[in-house]
Amino acid sequence: MTKKEDVLIPKLGVVTDIRRDTPDVKTFRVNAPEGGKVFEHMPGQCAMLSIPGVGEAMFSITSSPTNKEFMEFSIKKCGCVTEWLHQMEVGQEILIRGPLGKCFPVETELKGKNLLFVAGGIGIAPLRSVINYVIDNRENYGTVDVVYGARSAEDLVDLKEMQESWSNIDGIDVHLTIDREQEGWDGNVAFVPNYVKDLGFTTDKTVLVCGPPIMIKFTVAGLQEIGFQTNQIYTTMELKMKCGVGKCGRCNIGDKYVCKDGPVFRYDELGELPAEY
Amino acid sequence: MYKLSIDNLNELFALIGQDSKVYAPIERAGQVEFFLWSVEEKVRLDALNTVKSAKGFFFPQTEVLYKTKLEGKKIEIEAAEDAEEPTVYFGVRACDVKSFDVLDKVFLSEPVDSYYAAKRKHGTIVSMACSKPADTCFCGLFGIDATSPAGDVVTWIVGDTLYWDSKTEKGEALTVKVKELLVDADDVEVKKQQTEVKEMIAKAPLHDLSLEGFGGDALDELFNSPKWEALSSACLGCGTCTFVCPTCQCYDIRDYDSGHGVQKFRCWDSCMYSDFTMMAHGNNRTTQLQRFRQRFMHKLVYFPANNDGDFSCVGCGRCLQKCPQSLNIVKVIKALGGKKND
Repeated sequence: MTKKEDVLIPKLGVVTDIRRDTPDVKTFRVNAPEGGKVFEHMPGQCAMLSIPGVGEAMFSITSSPTNKEFMEFSIKKCGCVTEWLHQMEVGQEILIRGPLGKCFPVETELKGKNLLFVAGGIGIAPLRSVINYVIDNRENYGTVDVVYGARSAEDLVDLKEMQESWSNIDGIDVHLTIDREQEGWDGNVAFVPNYVKDLGFTTDKTVLVCGPPIMIKFTVAGLQEIGFQTNQIYTTMELKMKCGVGKCGRCNIGDKYVCKDGPVFRYDELGELPAEY
Repeated sequence: MYKLSIDNLNELFALIGQDSKVYAPIERAGQVEFFLWSVEEKVRLDALNTVKSAKGFFFPQTEVLYKTKLEGKKIEIEAAEDAEEPTVYFGVRACDVKSFDVLDKVFLSEPVDSYYAAKRKHGTIVSMACSKPADTCFCGLFGIDATSPAGDVVTWIVGDTLYWDSKTEKGEALTVKVKELLVDADDVEVKKQQTEVKEMIAKAPLHDLSLEGFGGDALDELFNSPKWEALSSACLGCGTCTFVCPTCQCYDIRDYDSGHGVQKFRCWDSCMYSDFTMMAHGNNRTTQLQRFRQRFMHKLVYFPANNDGDFSCVGCGRCLQKCPQSLNIVKVIKALGGKKND
């Protein structure tokens, strides 16, 4: 196949399963052509997916590395590449390179901690990888709370897994919310930041937050109001990227490259960067 | 040190050209650029700055990374081969030679860019000392000595004589190859010229700039300076500065559908362009002020923070010559660089 190796040259992957999660989110299962995974990763790391003639874009890997059979990508339809991915059928080959970026510190700073995950919309994609990793290494972590919200009940990604799998595990609490009242929904109704504040978590937790920038901003502000420090909070960022290895220059913020030095950042580290994200 | 008469330059290039490509500053249609040498070309060793810098030797304006084909559900992929042809780059000025250090820090840091690395490995740099710096030159600000450039071989032209001094293994190998054209020489004439040129540089218009106030520690203060507004207000966002700049290395990766498959190619890009950071869900730099500030903050603050204080500018002055709005890094350094620039 390829004679030369370079981090910019992708490998082949095959889409082996497609699940529709919400009206605009699908989850794609990807295998190597010969079976198994295309490469190993850690929770929070990303991959570049591309289609010849369409383009290449960065996505977080939503499956946990403890899944030894395949990788999954939960992708929201919102641009050229994602439109194309959404019209694929099972069996389609795609190009994939990675793993790219730094992971959540699951083997270091997060070990032994009580964890609070806060996600909005498609922001669950990178956190789902961590949550399943924590579940599969349950003895290494304390309590787990997952706060997850979306515009409507139909927009909650991975709802089935949350309700049927995560909720039934000891020490894991799932708190769901949607933005507006709707028929058939008897759960909480509130924006994610407000719900997090209302739930009144104790400050003995380490927080992992991902969602729209505005949600992250207000969630962090709310957490600070109830006593959390920014060095207890991790997030993962999304900026335009081309190379994924800190060279093409697009995701440069201050002296950091989000693709290489992130996308996972501790919130106090982010605070030291120019406010350009 | 060796010397040869500049009347023998074509013989020198022909001898090198027997088993290497030779690039030299060559005039075509009134403009001097590094082109592939042949005996019909008009070599211009007196020209100071080529229009485009020397970065394209190792980081070409466009290059194919790999070829790929989509047929139904199947994809083929074929990587481009590495450049392995020995190439000699002749007449590179001190500022452009220094720019390779800056580019190396980007492309040769992990993960190594193999496309750049292959070209760099097979390239030999024959630099040329400056004998008549321009008013727009300020390489001295970055510790560069225009009379004593780096390179595998360093050359000086004094009158009708080219002096030749090899500095590296690659340079030694090249010297052996062209030995029949060289004669032994002392460095008396070179030293004399260096002293004269240094005096000229000490009186040059931009000789007393100061970088005090720049570097990684000054991030917040410089980023938030109100002066960016006036500095950037005339910027057209044309990107000329980034294309002529020897150290600007931002790039794009795009698809070209040839009808027989897709070429994935890399090309120079510019942080000055409005779509540089635009993605499906938004754009984190929407104003020209933000983009202008990014370019100079990167060169003078962010890059030094990651690279032991080295700046991502070599003082070649091309941006001073080419910006249609007369904006340039010197104006930024003067405005934000503290009292010593007043």
